[in-house]
Amino acid sequence: MATISTLAYLVAAVLFILALRGLSHPTTSRQGNQFGMIGMAIAIVATLFRPGMAPGGIILILAGIAIGGSIGAVVAKRIQMTSLPQLVAAFHSLVGMAAVFVAAAAFYSPESFGIGTHGHIHGASLVEMSLGLAIGAITFSGSVIAFAKLDGRMSGAPIIFPQQHKLNAALGVLLLVLIIAFVMNGNPVLFWLIALLSFALGFLLIIPIGGADMPVVVSMLNSYSGWAAAGIGFTIGNLLLIVTGALVGASGAILSYIMCKGMNRSIINVLLGGFGTDTSAAGAGGATADHGPVKAGSPEDAAFIMKNAAKIIIVPGYGMAVAQAQQVLREMGDLLKKEGATVEYAIHPVAGRMPGHMNVLLAEANVPYEDVKELEEINPEFAEADVAFVIGANDVTNPAAKTDKSSAIYGMPILDVEKAKTVFFIKRGMASGYAGVDNELFFRPNTMMLFGDAKKVTQEVVQALQK
Amino acid sequence: MNPTDLANQAQALADRAGALAAQARLMAETQIVPAVQHGAAAADPFLFLLTIFLLACFVGYYVVWNVTPALHSPLMGVTNAISSVIVVGAILAAGTADNWGARIFGFLAVTFASVNIFGGFLVTRRMLAMFQTKKKA
Repeated sequence: MATISTLAYLVAAVLFILALRGLSHPTTSRQGNQFGMIGMAIAIVATLFRPGMAPGGIILILAGIAIGGSIGAVVAKRIQMTSLPQLVAAFHSLVGMAAVFVAAAAFYSPESFGIGTHGHIHGASLVEMSLGLAIGAITFSGSVIAFAKLDGRMSGAPIIFPQQHKLNAALGVLLLVLIIAFVMNGNPVLFWLIALLSFALGFLLIIPIGGADMPVVVSMLNSYSGWAAAGIGFTIGNLLLIVTGALVGASGAILSYIMCKGMNRSIINVLLGGFGTDTSAAGAGGATADHGPVKAGSPEDAAFIMKNAAKIIIVPGYGMAVAQAQQVLREMGDLLKKEGATVEYAIHPVAGRMPGHMNVLLAEANVPYEDVKELEEINPEFAEADVAFVIGANDVTNPAAKTDKSSAIYGMPILDVEKAKTVFFIKRGMASGYAGVDNELFFRPNTMMLFGDAKKVTQEVVQALQK
Repeated sequence: MNPTDLANQAQALADRAGALAAQARLMAETQIVPAVQHGAAAADPFLFLLTIFLLACFVGYYVVWNVTPALHSPLMGVTNAISSVIVVGAILAAGTADNWGARIFGFLAVTFASVNIFGGFLVTRRMLAMFQTKKKA
């Protein structure tokens, strides 16, 4: 039986790899997701048939799957795509907490996992157990904070206090000392102290990170949840948990890296936090005075110019999602296509609140996959474009990132919208973006500002186009 | 050669064989067995798992770089769901633990992980269903 379950785990691991492999293209992705589901089903069934399962235990397990599964299914069905980042953060917290519970179960019933007897757990297993426990607990409390920030239940502003990083470092060292002590004597008090301290650490690590950096945090916690699973896999000697944990850990790490690169920040810089405070307000105010006047236009002007344009590139940002303007934006795109124009959408790597968020939002509004382009792909095309239509984006279009070394966003890759013949900028007012940096693009002669709510302005453009 | 000589020689051979067998057994106990145990130590369970872990990290690295950036959100959904494979440990705890404390921890972990498994896969399916590759007329 043990051999059969090990083989089943191997099959499940391969199916998980295929699930990720399928995501290389939308056409193969749905099948990939199915492979993932089958793999998970195989893993669960194989475990249920392992020897030593008490009948009462199986009832308990099926009850847990039924309760958890129904909650998960309902949430997945009801969630709005704009709220996807907070959902993912909430899910990460559950993986973290599950890791804590499994570590606790292994600690109180080591015989079930063959890692020793009660009170006499093998030293190596205690090391692995404490690592799985600590990473799981950090993932839990960190994800809870990320969830609260993304869901608007707490302010997205960084929470900073004196000696913060020193405190975190000291707690980190203390955690290490506790783990060493725990491995030496296997004391239950130390087990729970490690859990408590890790919860505190996860909380303290995420509160200084601002709302704009949440894409990185969500990716990083994705990675942590994988490492937590791998840690538990080592503890209980399970191959499938280790393989899957490594896959997820690697995936989250790569996404964090891509997000950091999209902002030209190092992961350390993001983790130390504090970014997104309005420290440059005074400087930005001074800079505004140096620029020329801002040219404001009406939706009718925009409609007229776009009607006569051959190539239009739409640059959506998170503001578009907040205004729920994606449907009407797609309508506008369709109307312009009917007029004979090429319409494409340019997505910055950090647009939205999690990796790929903007792509999902556009897909939800039925924007064809082929029309949506990534930064490297679309940037050379702006020079040939008649119109760049910026809606709800700001910092990712700011040329200061290329020219102004004193700017907070200097070095960040941007979408070269300024190269288009005409740039339309939908904005509520003249406020600066998340980074607190003024955008000189507003003052360029080829820029026309369309002031107002993103959805309302786009609706007016659509009405003007229909005339 | 008469039968007595033959019998004597056979006896001598048998004795030598017996001595060799005894020696082999001694060797087996003193040298070969430790050698086998040494072999087992090289394939120490931890090192074995560590090998698998590192290889899986590489597989993950190459597979994930191949994921198209447009599908990074579904990627997070799927990884979220599959990281809940921790449910395997939870099931073992809930089903085989010898005390109620550990069983309850197992049950809670099964419940939490199940939210994630169903939620993660289903939300990913919803996302992927939106990605249309054929242009509408």
